[in-house]
Amino acid sequence: MGIRIVKLPDVGEGVAEAEVVEWHVAVGQSVLEDQILAAVMTDKATVEIPSPVAGTVVALGAEVGGVLAVGAELIRLEVAGEGSADVAAAPREAAAVPPPAQPLAAAPAPKLPVPPPASPPAEAAVAPMPTSRAPMGPPRPSGEKPIASPAIRRRARDAGVDLRQVRGTGPAGRISHDDLDAYLRAGSTSAKAVRSANTEVATVKVIGLRRRIAQKMAESKRRVAHFSYVEEVDVTALEELRSSLNAEHRRDRPRLTLMPFLMQALVKAVADFPEMNALYDDEAETIERHGGVHIGIATQTPSGLMVPVVRHCESLDLWECAAEVLRLAEAAREGRATRAELAGSTITITSLGALGGIVTTPVINRPEVAIIGVNRQVVRPVWQGSQFVPRTMMNLSSSFDHRVIDGYVAARFVQRIRSLLETPATLFLEA
Amino acid sequence: MAEITAKVLVIGGGPGGYVAAIRAGQLGLDTVLVERGGAEGGLGGTCLNVGCIPSKAVIHAADAYHRAVEQTAVTPFGLRVEHPAIDFARTVEWKDGIVGRLTSGVGALLKRHKVKIVQGHAELMDGKTCKVETDTGPQTIRAEHVILATGSVAASLPSLPFGGKVISSTEALSLPAVPERLVVVGAGYIGLELGTAFAKLDAKVTIVEAEDRILPAYDAELVRPVAKRLQALGVDILLRARASGLAEGGDAVLIEDGNGSKRSLPANCILVATGRRARLEGFGLERLDLTMNGPFVAIDERCATSMRNVWAVGDVTGEPMLAHRAMAQGAVVAEVIAGHRRVFDSAVIPAVCFTDPEIVTVGLSPEAARQAGREVRVASFPFQANGRALTLEAEDGFVRVTARADNHLVLGIAAVGAGVSELASSFALALEMGARLEDIGGTIHAHPTLGEAFHEASLRALGEALHI
Repeated sequence: MGIRIVKLPDVGEGVAEAEVVEWHVAVGQSVLEDQILAAVMTDKATVEIPSPVAGTVVALGAEVGGVLAVGAELIRLEVAGEGSADVAAAPREAAAVPPPAQPLAAAPAPKLPVPPPASPPAEAAVAPMPTSRAPMGPPRPSGEKPIASPAIRRRARDAGVDLRQVRGTGPAGRISHDDLDAYLRAGSTSAKAVRSANTEVATVKVIGLRRRIAQKMAESKRRVAHFSYVEEVDVTALEELRSSLNAEHRRDRPRLTLMPFLMQALVKAVADFPEMNALYDDEAETIERHGGVHIGIATQTPSGLMVPVVRHCESLDLWECAAEVLRLAEAAREGRATRAELAGSTITITSLGALGGIVTTPVINRPEVAIIGVNRQVVRPVWQGSQFVPRTMMNLSSSFDHRVIDGYVAARFVQRIRSLLETPATLFLEA
Repeated sequence: MAEITAKVLVIGGGPGGYVAAIRAGQLGLDTVLVERGGAEGGLGGTCLNVGCIPSKAVIHAADAYHRAVEQTAVTPFGLRVEHPAIDFARTVEWKDGIVGRLTSGVGALLKRHKVKIVQGHAELMDGKTCKVETDTGPQTIRAEHVILATGSVAASLPSLPFGGKVISSTEALSLPAVPERLVVVGAGYIGLELGTAFAKLDAKVTIVEAEDRILPAYDAELVRPVAKRLQALGVDILLRARASGLAEGGDAVLIEDGNGSKRSLPANCILVATGRRARLEGFGLERLDLTMNGPFVAIDERCATSMRNVWAVGDVTGEPMLAHRAMAQGAVVAEVIAGHRRVFDSAVIPAVCFTDPEIVTVGLSPEAARQAGREVRVASFPFQANGRALTLEAEDGFVRVTARADNHLVLGIAAVGAGVSELASSFALALEMGARLEDIGGTIHAHPTLGEAFHEASLRALGEALHI
C-alpha cells in the first residue's frame, strides 16, 4: 500500500487558483480511476477533477469554499502498490492535455499512519437504524392512530399540530418529543398551524459562484458612478413582426424572443455611440472602445447569475443571434458553458421576461460602461391625436457609468434604441 | 329576584361538574356551580354520596367481617378469630363519615378556587340563563358558558318500580340492617359488587340476570374467578331469567326463566341494578333543543354540545359512565373555555370492577383487537406463580396482556385478582405512553408485588417468561 497525493491541475490558461465548490468523495471512501473527486471553480467556469488512480481517500486538501493554488495538494489517496508519486489530476475539461506525470519530489512520501482499511467499510456496513426511516410518504397507514404520550399530545395541541401528520421514529412508530420538534422545525404544511415566532437562524456559506457574484456586484457598486435612465418604448409593431416571423418559421427556425431584436438595435445604436461599447480601465484611466459588439446576456442559472456572451453580434443576423442566445443560455444553465463563453462582453442586456417589473436599476457589469434592462410588456391605452388606442408598451431601464458617460449622451443613446425598436424596419436597413 | 352573572355556570356538582368548576376557578374564570343536594346528591354527586366511595366502604367492611368469619376455623397460618360480629348500623355510620369528609373537602376546594356554590334546583331558561330555587328564594344566573354535568340516575324496571322493598343501589348503601334474603336484579358490576358484599354480610343472595352469563361486558376468562367465588359464597345465580314483578303481598319476586316457566323467589329486599341512564329531565334541558346521541347529550371531542357555549361532561354524555372519565372531561372543558387548545383525547379509560376478586380492564380485549383486524399476541401470567399473591392467600386470577403481533405495541391489559384495582394506573400509563411489550419487559417491577405478574405476562408474550 502506498500514498498518492493528487494535486490541483492546471484548470485553464492563466488560472493560478481555484475554489473547491463541491467534494464528490469523503475520507474513507474508495474511488475508482476517473471517478470525479471534486468540482473546482475558476473565474467563470466550474471544472470537475477526476481521480487519476483507484484508491481510498485519506485526506482532503481543502474544505468546500477553500481556495487552492494550482499544484497544491487536492486530495491524498491510499493506493495499491507503490504510491509516493505526486500526481496532478487531469481536469475533465482539459482532458486533451495529458498531465505531465513528473515525479516532483525525489524523496518518497513517508508511509502515513493510515487507519486499517477494515474500518471504513465497517462504518459503512452499519445497518440502517430503524429510526432513519424514509422521510417521504405518509407517516403511517391511513386510519392508524398516532402513538404519542399525553405530554406530546398536549404540546402538539398547543402548537396546532395534527399528530396524524407527524412521523414517529420511536418503537412501533411512537412519536417522541424530538419527532414533534423536527416536525415543527420543518414547518407544518397545514394551514391551521398557529403563528409563532421563528427564532431559527440558518448560516449559509457564501461560496463558489455566489461568492463571485457578491464580489463583482459590490466592486461594481463601489467603483462605478451608476445612474439609471428609464424610457418607454411602444413595441406594438415589433411584437407584430415577431409573431408573424415566428408563425412563418415555426418549424425551420428557432423561436424569436425580444432579445435578438434588441441585440440588433444595440449593434446599430453603438455604431452611432461608440463610447457605449467600451471597457473602462479605471486604474490605467483608459477607455477601450471595441469595434466588435460582444453582448453579455444576464442569465439566471440554478447556481446563480451568469453572463454568457454572444460574440461579434455585428456579424450575426437576427436568426443567428436568436440561435446563439438560446445555445448559450442552455449551456450556462446546464453548467456546460466554457470560460471563453462566459467572458469578454463589451455591453450587457438584462431581462427578467414576464418578471421584468416596471423599472429596474441594473448594476453595470464592470469594466463595461452600460447595461440595458428590459421591463415587462403591457398593453396600455395610449392617446393618439383624437383617441386612446391599445398599444403594447415596454420600459427599458438602463444604467450607465457616469464617470465616462454623460446623461445627455445616455439619453440620446436610449432614444436611438427606442426609435429603432418602434420602427422595426429600420433595424434591417443597411447603413 | 336576585341575579348573578358569571363567566361559567356549572350545573351539577358531581365529579364532572366540580372538577370543571375547580379548574375554571384555577384558570381565573368567574364560576358558579349549582348543586341541588337532596337524597341522591350534594357536592360530589353520585360518586361520592351514593356510588363509588360508599360502596367501597361497605365492600371493605363486608370483606373484613367475612374474613373474620372464615378465620373462626384455624387459618393456614394459624390465626383463629372467635365470635366475630358486625353492627351494620355502625358500618353505615362510618361510611357516612367518610362521605361527609370527602364532600366537605370538595366544598372547600371549590371555595378556595373562588367558585360560587348555589344550593338549589336549577331550571335552564335558555343556553345562558338558569333559575335556581334556593332556600332564600329564587335566583337567576346568567353566564357566558354553561356546563351540563347532571349525571345519571339508576334505571328502573317497569315491572319493578322503585319503592318499598324494591330499591336502587342508593338505598342499598344505607339500609338499616342487612336483609335476610336479597334478590339482585342485574348481574352487571353494580349488582355483583353489592350482591357479593351482602352475601359476605350473611344475607342469602340470589342474582337474576337476563343474559346467559354474569358481567356480560367482560370476557368470560376474566369473569371465571368471580363466578367461582360467588359460588363459594353461596350466591345463587339465575341466568336467562327475568324479574316480572312482585308477588302478591310483596315479599317475593316473580321470576320468569328462559323457557317461560315462572316461579316465586322470597325476598326481604329487591335491589334493581340494571344500569343507569342520563339525567335529562327536570332542569329545562328541553328548552335548549340540543342534538342527542341516542339517550345522551351529543358532544364533540371538546365536550361541546350542538349549542354554542353550552358544554356537557360526564354520565349525561354517555358511556362509559365512570367518574374518572367525567373528571377528565371537566378539566378539558374548563381549559377550552379559558382559551386553551384542548380535546378529550385519552387513549384509554380504565375500568375497575370491585367484585371478589377484582377485575381491571384497560384498552382492548383480545377479541376486540382481533375484530379490529389486528393480529395479536396474547399472554397471561397466573397469580398462582406470583409470590406476593401466595402470601396474601390470593392466588386466584391473572394478568393478561394483548399486543400487536407485528410491532408489539400493547393494545390492552386486563387483570383479575385480589387487589388488582391498584394495578389500573400502571396499566393505563403503559397504554397512554404507547408502550411495547419490550418496554414493560425492560421495566424492573418491584419484588415481591402483584405487579410482577404484569411484567411476566409481557415477557411471556415475547417468549421470555422467567417464572412459568
